[in-house]
Amino acid sequence: MKCQHCEKPATFHITELTEPSGPSVLHLCEEHARTFLSNEGTATPASALSSMLAKQLKIKNAAEELATADKKTCPICGITFADFRKGGRLGCAYDYIAFEDDLQPLLVNIHGSLQHVGKEPSNQTGSPERQHRIMQLKLEMKEAIEKEDYETASRLRDKISEVESGNESSWDNDALEDLGDDFQSDPPIV
Amino acid sequence: MKLEELANQSSEWMRGQGPESDIVMSSRIRLARNLSEFPFIRKCTPKDRVAIATSVHRALDSLPLSADTEYVDVAKLGDLDRQFLMERQLISHELSESQGARAVILDPHERFSIMVNEEDHLRLQVMQSGLDLEAAWQRMDQLDNQLESKLTYSFNKRLGYLTACPTNVGTGLRVSVMLHLPALVATKQIDKVFRALNKINVAVRGLFGEGSQFMGDFYQISNQTTLGKNELALVAKVREVVPRLIDYERKAREFLVNESRQDLHDNVSRALGILCTAKKISSEETMHYLSKVRMGVNLGLISDVKIPTVNKLFIHTQPAHLQKLCGHKLSVTDRNIERANYLQLHLAKRPENEIN
Repeated sequence: MKCQHCEKPATFHITELTEPSGPSVLHLCEEHARTFLSNEGTATPASALSSMLAKQLKIKNAAEELATADKKTCPICGITFADFRKGGRLGCAYDYIAFEDDLQPLLVNIHGSLQHVGKEPSNQTGSPERQHRIMQLKLEMKEAIEKEDYETASRLRDKISEVESGNESSWDNDALEDLGDDFQSDPPIV
Repeated sequence: MKLEELANQSSEWMRGQGPESDIVMSSRIRLARNLSEFPFIRKCTPKDRVAIATSVHRALDSLPLSADTEYVDVAKLGDLDRQFLMERQLISHELSESQGARAVILDPHERFSIMVNEEDHLRLQVMQSGLDLEAAWQRMDQLDNQLESKLTYSFNKRLGYLTACPTNVGTGLRVSVMLHLPALVATKQIDKVFRALNKINVAVRGLFGEGSQFMGDFYQISNQTTLGKNELALVAKVREVVPRLIDYERKAREFLVNESRQDLHDNVSRALGILCTAKKISSEETMHYLSKVRMGVNLGLISDVKIPTVNKLFIHTQPAHLQKLCGHKLSVTDRNIERANYLQLHLAKRPENEIN
């Protein structure tokens, strides 16, 4: 068999699975295969990611579902899911919570897992849930001050410093349980 | 520490020592980390970027490791210096070319570097000559622990270390091994290797990482997943592929020798001859012939050149290095002349010119 691009014999037979039009088979000589494979390498991770996402959403979701997902906005950093799809980069750690349902199939696709195993920092006050919680409490405090409800405001201020110092115990675990129920580990789809 | 001083020394990954160093150039481990009180890079204001760099710099100053490291403000470096650090693999293309406050913390022996405000707030990397991933991971673990004692990382029990790109979430770990596979290329077996690697979910990249060509027959293999397996399991996953690749490469070298030792000897000697006598030579051509010479030395066909010299020449003949070493900017034409001079100086049969 000859290479699709020249007269040399085709020694590479590559099945491309990530084409939006479905799997396609390429027959290439070494030189063209090298160009092909290295071009694949030059595609930025972001563009690879967005094409993976596009494909995934196409399979999984109808256009309207995609439109709904795209409009979701992170309450902390303000990026929409569409912004993420375009650039392949998240805006803040809380995006993992805000876009959870939409990121989940992507993570399974990439990693074949949805549960971290391994190293943990000794200081675990850096969870995005905590960041979100602090932001909420600050908003509530601002409202209380506007209403001149200084008693509530002062209570909220104490609460904020509790959360910030990492001494608030219960909510963090509860929040995690709420999030973690429907996860299971599937093998990668690609 | 001046960058000029770096130019004259051999970095850890060029030493050509350690296990399997005839085929394995280096072992490398990187971790992605973000600080919890800031948004990810794409949503950082210029002020945020400065604040991140400042808190990392401050954290570093309170650690014992600061005594031996250099904090380099990358935003203040000129094009040539940034390219120079990139050629030495101390910073990435992304860090070099992005805008705003960004930095790199350098170990004078170049065994690790910490990039600040790259794709993630922190990118820690550890380099080790030869095949020694376990040692590299241990050093990385300690480095990470030190920084973590002063900084609050973005972390969640379920998804682990949270990163700007979901491809790095979990451990944030990239384990990579750089291999020199000239015989697999010469015998056209490298395609089989690609296919085998794809099946086991290991990525292949060129010498200068993502998107770089497979220059000089160098291939970097690394893990593709970061979530769901612990650090040692990910290290083991890459580690277990390497002996197979080494074995394939050795068999291919054996095949070349058996097929015609004389042809091979002729081929590598001609490569050395061109490098020793050319009057102007491009970087690509240099890499092409250096690769043959490197194999020739490892097979005992070339005896008067040492591997650390060859390793070093791969990097020292890169554009920014040549300009750094001669002390001024050069046009492409002048670089090709300077490169030929440099090669002759270090490869001609005069042992006192051997660089180590």
